[in-house]
Amino acid sequence: MSDRLRGKMPEKGWKELPIRGLIIEPGNSVNYETGSWRALRPIINLEKCPHCMFCWLFCPDGSIIVKNSQVTGVDLRYCKGCGICAVECPRQVITMVEEAEVAKETNVW
Amino acid sequence: MVVEAKTRINLREISNKEDKLAPGHRLCLGCAEGIVVRQVLHAIDYPVVVCSPTGCLEICTGLFPYTAWRVPWVHSAFENAASTIAGVEAAYRALKRRGKIEDRVIKFVVFAGDGATYDIGLQWLSGALERGHTFLYICLNNEAYMNTGIQRSSATLKWTWTTTTPVGKVIPGKKESRKDMTAIIAAHNIPYVAQAAPHAWRDLMTKVRKAIAVDGPSFINILCPCVRGWRYNSKDTIAISKLAADTCVWPLYEVDHGIWRLNYKPSPQRPLTDWFLSQGRFSHLVAPDNANLVIELQQCIDQEWAKLEKLCQCFAD
Repeated sequence: MSDRLRGKMPEKGWKELPIRGLIIEPGNSVNYETGSWRALRPIINLEKCPHCMFCWLFCPDGSIIVKNSQVTGVDLRYCKGCGICAVECPRQVITMVEEAEVAKETNVW
Repeated sequence: MVVEAKTRINLREISNKEDKLAPGHRLCLGCAEGIVVRQVLHAIDYPVVVCSPTGCLEICTGLFPYTAWRVPWVHSAFENAASTIAGVEAAYRALKRRGKIEDRVIKFVVFAGDGATYDIGLQWLSGALERGHTFLYICLNNEAYMNTGIQRSSATLKWTWTTTTPVGKVIPGKKESRKDMTAIIAAHNIPYVAQAAPHAWRDLMTKVRKAIAVDGPSFINILCPCVRGWRYNSKDTIAISKLAADTCVWPLYEVDHGIWRLNYKPSPQRPLTDWFLSQGRFSHLVAPDNANLVIELQQCIDQEWAKLEKLCQCFAD
C-alpha cells in the first residue's frame, strides 16, 4: 500500500502504542488525508461568492476554508468530492470538475 | 416553563470557530452524519464530553490510532451509551461536590445511531432518562444498520428494501411498520424532546441550544440520509432531507416541557411517490404492481401527520 493511501502517520508497533485503546492526540485524523477518494473536484468562483457559508455548513468533512468570515477555498487534502456544496450554493458559483480533466490540464497525476 | 434559545445563530460568526470534528474521518462521501455532528457541536458554546456507541459515526471517526474528535470522546458498546454518559455525568457531579475538580459548565452529549437507540440501547436509554441525568442524547437516524451493511432496524419504513428484507416475488421488502421513537421518549416526560433534519439547520441548532439549556435529560432525533443505504447520488443529501420534511415522512416538531409544537408545515404537502422516486431502496414501490402499497403507506403517513397536528393544536394558544 502506498504512503498516500496509508496516511501520513508512521506505523507503530504494539510497544509504542498507548494501552487500552486510548488515542491521546485529539483530532489526529488530520494526518489521514481522505482527498485521495475524490473523483470530482469542487471549484469555487470566489469573485461571485456571496459568503453565505452554506457550503461550509453542509460540508460533511469541514473542508471549506473560511478566514475572517470569508470563504477562501476548498481544502483538497480532505474534500471527498460529494458535491453537496455545488448543489446547495444559492448562487451556483461552485462547479464540480472531473479530477482527470484537472490532471490533464495541470499535467499532475 | 418553556425554554428560549440563547441567541440568534449567525453563520458567519460561528464559521470562524474551529471544527470540533476534525477532517480526515472516514465517513462516506456525502454522509449526513458529518454535517449533523458539525452543526450540533457548533451550536454548543460550552466544553463538551461526547460518547458514541458502536455505529457508523464511531467506526469512521475513531479508527485506531486515529481520532477525528477534538473533544473528550468515549466509545462504549452498542447498547450502553446512555449508561456510559450517565456515569460520566454522575462522576463529574460527585467530584465537583467534593472539590476535586474545577467547577465549570460541561455538557454531556451522546451521538448514537438508530440501531443503538431504537433497538439495542432502548432499555439503557429509558433508564438513564428516568434517573434524570443531565445529558443530551442525539439519535442519528439513517433508518437501518448502515455500518454493518444496510440491515433493517425498527426505524426502517414499511415496505423498504434492505439486505435483510430483500424484495422478492412474494414479499416486497420490510413487513413491519417503524416505531415512533420520539413519541416513546416524549412519554418519559423529560424536559426536552425534538425531531430535526440537517437541511433545516437553524431549526436544528436552535433545538440543540434549547436541549442543552434544560436541567435534566434531553433527546433529539435527527434524520441522516445515507448515500449507500438509501441508494441516491451523494450530492443530494440535503435535498433528500428537505424532501422528507415536505412529504411528512419526517415531521419537524418539539416537545418542550410537555408542550407539543410543530416547527414546520409543508405547503403544499408533497405526495409520497416523490419520496419513493428519489431513492433506489424504494425502486420496487414505483412499479405499477405495487401501487396498493404506496396507497397504504400514504394513508399511514397522513394518519400520523393528522395525529401530530391535532396534538400540537391542543397546546396552541
